[in-house]
Formats: sequence, C-alpha cells, structure tokens
Amino acid sequence: MDAHALEGGFADPARDAAHAFRAIMNAMARPGTLHDITGATPPAPLSPAAGAALLTLCDTDTPLYLAGDADCPAVRDWVAFHTGAPLTGPSHCMFALGRWEALGPLSTYPVGTPDYPDRSATLIVEMDALTDTGARLTGPGIRDAAALSLPGIDAFCANAARFPLGLDFLFTSGAQLAALPRSTHVEAA
Amino acid sequence: MTDQAYNFAYLDEQTKRMIRRAILKGLAIPGYQVPFASREMPMPYGWGTGGVQVSAAVLTPEDRLKVIDQGADDTTNAVSIRSFFQRTAGVETTTKTAEASVIQTRHRIPEEPLREGQILVYQVPIPEPLRFLEPRESETRKMHSLEEYGLMHVKLYEDISRHGHIATAYAYPVKVEARYVMDPSPIPKFDNPKLSDNPAIQLFGAGREQRIYALPPWTQVASLDFEDHPFEASKADHPCGLCGATESYLDEVITDDAGGRMFVCSDTDHCDTRQAAGHRGKDAA
Repeated sequence: MDAHALEGGFADPARDAAHAFRAIMNAMARPGTLHDITGATPPAPLSPAAGAALLTLCDTDTPLYLAGDADCPAVRDWVAFHTGAPLTGPSHCMFALGRWEALGPLSTYPVGTPDYPDRSATLIVEMDALTDTGARLTGPGIRDAAALSLPGIDAFCANAARFPLGLDFLFTSGAQLAALPRSTHVEAA
Repeated sequence: MTDQAYNFAYLDEQTKRMIRRAILKGLAIPGYQVPFASREMPMPYGWGTGGVQVSAAVLTPEDRLKVIDQGADDTTNAVSIRSFFQRTAGVETTTKTAEASVIQTRHRIPEEPLREGQILVYQVPIPEPLRFLEPRESETRKMHSLEEYGLMHVKLYEDISRHGHIATAYAYPVKVEARYVMDPSPIPKFDNPKLSDNPAIQLFGAGREQRIYALPPWTQVASLDFEDHPFEASKADHPCGLCGATESYLDEVITDDAGGRMFVCSDTDHCDTRQAAGHRGKDAA
C-alpha cells in the first residue's frame, strides 16, 4: 500500500463529518441547491467533495462500487484505509462513485423493494462543473422550481417515475455538492 | 464545556453514519419510515431516545439547540436533553425559537413560524399510524407498499358515526405528497397545518420502534378528512390567561380543588415573548 493512502482523511473526524453531513443533508432536502463540502483530500481522480461524502457516509456496512476512472489502486487503497467499505459491483452496492458515463446503465443498481424502498443505491456522480442552471426541478424540498446542471434528463425522469422506488444522486465537483432525490420531478428547461 | 470523555455529540461515528444514511433515505422518500439500528441511550425509552439520536447525528459545533417538551422549555425532559448536548457536543442552547438552528421537540410545533435553515427534530413514540388498527408489522408494511389506507378512513368514519365529528385530537394522521400516510407524532391537530409547506427540515426519530422519517422543506402534507367532514385545526376556545393570545395552542391548568382553572399558552417561549412585549391576560399577576 502506498503511504499516500494514509493521508487526506478528516483532520477532526467527528466535527468534520458533522459539517460534511449538514451540507449533504441540506443538499438532499433542497434539491438543486449547491453546498460547499470540505475536509477531505482524496487521491486523483476523486474530487474533495466526493472524498468527503465517502468519509461521511461509507464504512464497513456499505458496499461501494467504484466506476470507471475512480476504480484505480490509489482510490481503492484510500477507500480501504479510511472507510473500510467493501468494494462490489453495481448490482449489490449501497453507494456508487464515478463519472456519469462510467456509472451507467442505471438499470443495474438496486432501487429498493415496495416494502423497503430505502434499500436502494445512492450514486455519487463526479461532474466537471455544477451550476444552478439547466434542468427544471420541482417536488418536495423545492418551493416553486429549481434548476441544476444535470448530466441528462430522461434517466432522471424515468427514475422519478418509479417513486417510491428509485436511486438517489449526489453530484460533486471540486469542493461543491448538490443532490437529486428520487422524489424530484425533472424536465428540460 | 465539552465532556472530553465522550465523542462529539455522544454517539460513536459508525452509529452516526448509520443514522445519517437513514435520514438521507427518509428525506428522499418523504413520509416513509426508514428502519435504523437504534442504540441504547443514557435515558429510558419514551424520554426521547429517537429524537436524541437524530439530533446527535445532525448537530454541528456551531449549532444553537432548543429543546421543548409539550411546548415548554423548562420541563424535566427538555432541561435534561438540553444539558446532555451542552455537555457532550458543547453546543450553545437557547429557549428562543428564532435563535435556534436545531429544535428538538416532544409533541408540539413552535408557534413562531420556522424559517429556512432550521431543523425540527420530533420525538416519536409510535411511528406507525396504522399500528392500532393492524398490530402486525408485516401487514402494515404491505399496506404502505400497496398504498392501502382504507382502514384509516374507516377509523375516522367510525369517529364520526360515534361522536358526530372526527374525535382524533392529537397524532392526527396525514398524507405526505399524496403517497405515504404518516403519523405526525402526538402533536395536537392544531399543529397539523404547520407540517405542510414548512421552510424548515422536519426529522422524526422513534428510538424504541427503530424508525426515522422526514419531511423536506416545502413538502405538501394533507390531514386526512372527508368532503363533508373537512379537517379542522381546533384549540380550547379561550385567550391565554397570562399573555392574552387568542391564536396559540393552550394548556388547561387546574389551579385548586374547587374547579378553578386557567388556560395558558403551551409554547412558553411564545408566551414569555408576548408578556415581555406588554401583552397581559386576565390571570396575569
């Protein structure tokens, strides 16, 4: 294992994780809003925001799927040391991390069952940039309408149509984070 | 001063991660009860172990915490939970609704409208609204998945046939975003309209029953009713004896053995603020 894998975690785990979780919760509760999330310095190609989300939410209880570029030795070692999350394929993961193109097709992820819709995957999507423009969002957490630079439209419409089943998304870019729960209705602007 | 013998906000980090994941799924599926591995807390079940665990998972060091029990900041339960987090998380506390960023509550929603950025954490005894109609968890879970809520309407109808009106006065069932029927915890039905379209994040924690559920801001929440018997938010038809408020929810307080009684605001912060502003009721000293 490379010694770099031991670095880049939260300096003050309890308080840093509390701040990071507040950002993630506010993002999930208010789809389309952008939040700063800091404290982690994961190895490339992960963004600091994606690293902080992993440190805040993942541990030995959460199978993790690393997709595409994210599935490299540096990231595997870092995830193993800091979270202990077991790595798995898309069909059995609780969390998945990667770029949008690498994560597809979405049909392979668990979407929950009618009795337990919470047993579904959360996808952490790495983006080049995040802005509050683009697709029009409506639904719980949004007063009138919000906008977010989503990587697509149709996939998210299909996901919302399965409510209460479905996937939930975190979008990360640099030290910024936004979220899109399955309850949000998505349409082209 | 934080008690260094404990982790920040008492719970260990793995437990907090588990609760945080449940909160996120709860926010993604408004009104759905997410199972979680509730921990033993240093207080008995029924004293707010669910709310305390949710609060511990969301608190940050910069938060200002308010805890109310039936609207009051000065009851045993509220005082103990406030000092618990003062000691284990080192957070500031307050009794002012407007100054608080996190409010843990037992059985009330504050009178003062909440604002964006605030978090309201409810202590929930029985999270399943169908539990007293159907005792089997396997069946109620199936009823939720099939959206089979006829039994709840039968219960409300039986209220009407027996009493002439819907007699359920607290824990009045609601439907969230036209999908899940949810127990709003035993808040008076007077508070039900405040659940809907609220700018704050509302989180519900049931410790003994091991369930977490949530309402994101601006979520549509409708109290169940019938066209010919519409929902009505009711309260005692009196002004507050101390501050004279006519719009707030009132507690009836027995004052002697001869039938003497007075009505006072259940929300102590609301009542104190009004009295400080010079409002006086008929029983004010």
